[in-house]
This record gives sequence, C-alpha cells and structure tokens, in this order.
Amino acid sequence: MYKYDQYDQAIVDARVDEFRDQVKRRLAGEITEDQFKPLRLMNGLYLQLHAYMLRVAIPYGTLDGRQMRMLGHIARTYDRGYGHFTTRQNLQYNWIKLEDTPDILADLATVEMHAIQTSGNCIRNISSDQYAGAAADEVADPRPWAELIRQWSTFHPEFSYLPRKFKFAVIASDEDRAAMRLHDIGIQLVKRDGVLGAKIFVGGGMGRTPMIGPEIKEFVTADDLMSYLEACLRVYNRYGRRDNMYKARIKILVHEIGADDYRRQVEEEFAQVKLLGIDPPAAELARITAMFAEPSYEIDAVDDIDRGDPDFAVWVDQNVVAHKQPGYAIVNISLKPVGGIPGDASADQIDLMADLAEKYSFDELRVTHAQNIVLPHVRKADLYTLWQTLDNAGLASANLDLISDIIACPGLDYCSLANARSIPVAQKIATRFASLDRQRDLGELKLKISGCINACGHHHAGHIGILGVDRKGVENYQLLLGGSGAEDVSLGKITGPGFSEDGIVDAIERVTDRYVSLREDGERFLDTYRRVGMEPFKEAIYG
Amino acid sequence: MKILTGNDLPTGDVIWWTGSGWSRHVAQAADVGEIGETLGAEEEAARRVNGPYVIEATDTPDGPRPAHIKDRVRALGPTVRPDLTLKPGDAAAIEAIPHV
Repeated sequence: MYKYDQYDQAIVDARVDEFRDQVKRRLAGEITEDQFKPLRLMNGLYLQLHAYMLRVAIPYGTLDGRQMRMLGHIARTYDRGYGHFTTRQNLQYNWIKLEDTPDILADLATVEMHAIQTSGNCIRNISSDQYAGAAADEVADPRPWAELIRQWSTFHPEFSYLPRKFKFAVIASDEDRAAMRLHDIGIQLVKRDGVLGAKIFVGGGMGRTPMIGPEIKEFVTADDLMSYLEACLRVYNRYGRRDNMYKARIKILVHEIGADDYRRQVEEEFAQVKLLGIDPPAAELARITAMFAEPSYEIDAVDDIDRGDPDFAVWVDQNVVAHKQPGYAIVNISLKPVGGIPGDASADQIDLMADLAEKYSFDELRVTHAQNIVLPHVRKADLYTLWQTLDNAGLASANLDLISDIIACPGLDYCSLANARSIPVAQKIATRFASLDRQRDLGELKLKISGCINACGHHHAGHIGILGVDRKGVENYQLLLGGSGAEDVSLGKITGPGFSEDGIVDAIERVTDRYVSLREDGERFLDTYRRVGMEPFKEAIYG
Repeated sequence: MKILTGNDLPTGDVIWWTGSGWSRHVAQAADVGEIGETLGAEEEAARRVNGPYVIEATDTPDGPRPAHIKDRVRALGPTVRPDLTLKPGDAAAIEAIPHV
C-alpha cells in the first residue's frame, strides 16, 4: 500500500483548509453558487436529486482497513448509514450536508484520503485491476504505475482544465478486468525481451458515443511512459474541442483526425517532452514500488480447501479466484444480494469488511469496477471461517459474474442527470433469476444498467445491457446485447424498441431462454450471441 | 399549477415554496403562478434556497403532484429506500412509491 509522504499529506491538508474557507464564504453569502460550484466539484461535492453527494477517491480501488473503517464512520456520522461503491472504484455518499463537508474531508485526510479528482474536467481517479499484486497472470504490479500517474496528474497545471474529464486505466495482464479499452487512455503493462513497458490505447470510452480505444503505441518502455502520457495529453489539450461538450472527449478527437494522425502528433510532441525530464528518477520509482511489496506470505500455507459444506463449496467455486501464491486465494465479496441495491454497503458491513481485511488479507481491500469488494490475499485455510462471517452479515452472495451480479448506476433514484431508474430494474431481474442453480446454469453473464446515456452503469459493455430513457415523461428501457468490457472488448447493439420496467425483465428472460436453447458445450452467453448473431434473440424478444 | 422548488443551501435538502417560506414537504407547496422565477431569484439572493426552479404540478386532494417523474422522486425520496423517504412508516406513501 502506498503511504503518503510529507508532501502528499501537506497537499491534502492544505486542500481541506482551503475548502473549509470556501464553504464558510459560500454559507456567508460572500460567493455565489455560480462561483462556488466549480470549487465544490473540485472537491467531489455534487448537488444531486435529494441532497449533496460526496464522491470519495479510492486510488486504483485499493485501500486498507483503517481507510475502510473511516468510510464506515463517515457513513454513520454524516450520512444515513451507508455508502455506494461506484464503477470508478470510488465511494459515494448520497445525503451529505454542505456544512459538514469540511469536517468530512478533514476526517478523510487523517487516513490519507480525499475527494480530489472525482469531478471536473481533470484527470480522474486512476482505475486498475482489482487483482493487482495477487493475480498469477500479471507481468508486473500495475499499482506503482497507477500511483505514479496519480501523483503526476494531481493538480497538474496543464491538465486541470482539460476540454472534458479524462479517465485512465492501468492493467498488467492479457485478461482485462478493468475495462481498460473503454478508457480515455488504457495502459497495459507488457514485457518485451525482458524489458518492462506498456501498450497504450487512446480514445476509448462509453457515454453517448461509445468507442473502443485504438492502439496508439505498441510498446513504450517504462522509462519513457510518463513522458509519453504527457505527450498524449498535450495533443488532446491542444486540439480537443471546447466548443461542444458532447464532442470534447479525446475519443472524438482521435476518431475525427484518425489514430494514425493522432499517433504522429503524439510522437512529435513526445520528442519535445522527453527533453523535459518528466520521467521519475529510478530512486523515486523504487520508493513507490517498495510500498507495494508482496505481503509476508506463509511459505508452507495449506493449499487444500475443505469443501464439505456444500454452500461454502458453491461460494468458493463462484467467488474465490486463484492467487499466485500457493496456499492463498483472492476473495470476492459480492455487494449484490438478491433484491439489494448494487454497490451499496451499510456502515456496519463496511466496518466488518475492514475487520476482515485486517484479520485475513494483510490489511488490504480492493473495490472493483463491478461494484464489489475484494480481499486480495486470503489463506485458503481461513476461507471457511471468513465465509461464515460474511454469510452472517449478508455478504456471501455466491454470484460473481452471474446474471444477478449486476452493475447499476444510481439512476433516477439519486442522480439528477438520470432519465430512468436503474436500481429497481436490477432488483427485479435479480429476483426473477434468484435461483442460484439457474444462475450458475446460465454461467457468466454480465448485465449492466445505466439510467441515462452517460453510461455510468456501463451498459454498452454488458453482455446484456439496459439503457433507461425518458419517453414522453415515462421510463422506458432499451435492451442491448453483445457488449464486453474485457479483453474481448465489444460494444452492445440495441435489439429494437424499448420496454416498460416489467417488460424489460420479461425480455431478458426470453433472451436467456433462447440462449439456453441455442448454446453449445462450454459457450457463455456472449459466445453464443457472437456465433448466432442478433436475429434469433430478436425473434425471441419481439416474436 | 406551478410550484417553486430548490435545495436548502447548508443541508442540500429538497425544499418547496409554501407561499410564506420553505417546506420539505411537497404537499405544502403553493401555486406561484407567474412570479416563480422572480421569487426564486430573490430567495436565492437571500441564501434561503439554492438553485431554485419552477415546475409544473397538478393540484390533488393530497396536495401538489409534480408533473415529471424526476420531481416526484425528488419530492418523496429514493423509491428503493422507503425507509429514507419523508414519510417512513406511512404505508400509503410507501405503496405509492413503485408507481411514481
């Protein structure tokens, strides 16, 4: 885990003091809402449908028990007893009072946290692979690089007022667990002839104009990475459109001038930037990397799991993932109980997960973009006891990557931008498919719901996606099939006319029934869809 | 009818103009006719409301009912957390939630 140095802490503390003064002046009427709004947004404070909403940054989704417990404390003390984990690996509070916000930020600062870069046209919180440092298939730990990008981007004077918001993802495996190619810049760490470097993808994204980021650089050495990223941003900052917010993302620029021309301009810029000495000295990189050293694993940890309890065995099969260290496992805690609100956790559950991280996972937790929590380093010998504790707290849903493991944005229940509710649809689908046997028979099926075209619920990347729209004041739901945010990335296609809230649930059942009748051995839903195409599903849906 | 809404500045709570002040209950909202925008600007300048705006509503025996679903959700609270609505324990209010 990265630990703040004196500079990090001083920056965050100063920001809290600054915002405390800004809030004081706003409440005293010394500044107007128009003047205050950009200031509060720079500190993660939105005004949403019912109240202020505070979005707290969780850099690359990594936090420790002390930080997690602070999130629970804030939920209990300043909010209404719960928090919402987001698709950006962050956490949102829905019922924050403006007058409390300086104290909340001060509390966060005591555990090396903040809400900076969670809003505004800046480089947002860096996302990464939730299994970083634990997965067997990574060529290096991506977190030191994500941390380096975090430090480079924080208050970067050139990149604090970009044409639009800007999102990075860093992974280090061929398996993409972070929807990397649907980011403004996606970085995949790779090795060539034993040398660490990165593939760079630029211009991906979801929203109203979804695009898969094209490869811009096949290999940039780690020594040049930061300079290359600076060049990528400079070209965007120079040519990105500021006259039309719907055409301001880098994906539009790359699409309009073409990947080849964008690449050429980046290379020209890189030649200049490289002379500036932006890339970190080896000692600084080593300092950061050392903070992500491997935990002190037990060398002779037991590598077997007693599967005598059938419910436990199902949970192991579904939610526990192989770890690179013999005797250890990666545990996924699903925040998707049937009928629950995807991504929500109560203050008590947050506290419990903090306790479990400290007791069983070397004091580490991860937040996933699928709105679940990961304990990355658990001894296999501890799995049964851990599962029993989770089960008692309603946190042992064995549904990872199944149809009820739904990504859903807050939708019209909370969000002022939304056109339709997402959460009730997720709840109805999960309830319709509540049988775990049925879910497991359907296999991997990633269902994602957004309540508006901004696509916070990643509907474009769902094997099954749902987009809520407003049709003459009535909620209506469009159905998409065939998307993926993984290494087999693709964008879903709309099936046809939309549905009512109940109609969309029926339509999904017709889709899954048709899949069951069409699938061949070993085929996931997505595989079958890609083999047979849209037509058989349209026929099932619309008759 | 037209009613005036916004958020309380220090707390962010959804509030409604009653004719003489602000309430957290849409049932107490008053018809502002054509003066809503002017009234909202004056109240915002006095920091008694943040981001005021006028919406259409229908007059019902239970009070004004916002015309658009977004404002009905604002008025009541998240439909998925009846325990957090303005009328916890009010069976009629909770029953009405799925039909906002």
